[in-house]
Amino acid sequence: MESVSTVEVSEKIAGAQRHRKGIALVFGCTLLGAAAQIFMKTGANTISHPGLWGIITSLPLMTGYCLYGLSTLLLVVALKEGELSLLYPVIALTYVWVTILSVLIFHETLNPFKVLGIATIVAGVCVLGRGGRTP
Amino acid sequence: MLLVFLASLIGSVGAVFLKSGAQKLKFSLGSLLFNYRLGAGVGFFLLSSYFFVLGLREGELTVLYPLVSLSYIWTLLWSRLFFKEPFTRNKLAGLFLILAGVVFIGLGNR
Repeated sequence: MESVSTVEVSEKIAGAQRHRKGIALVFGCTLLGAAAQIFMKTGANTISHPGLWGIITSLPLMTGYCLYGLSTLLLVVALKEGELSLLYPVIALTYVWVTILSVLIFHETLNPFKVLGIATIVAGVCVLGRGGRTP
Repeated sequence: MLLVFLASLIGSVGAVFLKSGAQKLKFSLGSLLFNYRLGAGVGFFLLSSYFFVLGLREGELTVLYPLVSLSYIWTLLWSRLFFKEPFTRNKLAGLFLILAGVVFIGLGNR
């Protein structure tokens, strides 16, 4: 009886560690995604002539696309082992970074709704981090 | 609004393809480039962002922003259907909080 529960506990710990690894990877993926959006915004503000040529020759836009690519790559690595239903909502952290970075870089204003939103999303990700497989 | 709803649905399908592609993935460049599931996933994501931008032209961001995060709900359903991932209390509670947070940020952007 005791040995069975020990196995269960160690399985739970292994599962939790796998979740954390996946969540850490998706965490990196949201940072890259947010940076990509900031570059996109900068690029959109400074683009010289619209159209395909304007996009290709815009350094910020191309940097943004590359960061998006890297971010997707990280997501794929995370999904290789992690649960989709657990990891996918973590991408909402991108909203948090973009909101904070927009204040820092583009001097957009912060208001109570945004702060509340940031706090709620972070709380949600923490709850997700507590586990998947174990019901 | 319908466009953004569609975008969220397409985005979640993209996520399913990424997941199924990732499961097949071995760590070599060839398996990354010739994995049609991953390609389909990225394609669906691009299509989804195209619909999102089209939707943004007409609607208000406050409404449309949270609508995109509906894709998290779709993904939860697909994950159970295709990958046998169970619903758990933590997943549902976490998802609910995240959706609420996105709604708040949408309101804050008004």
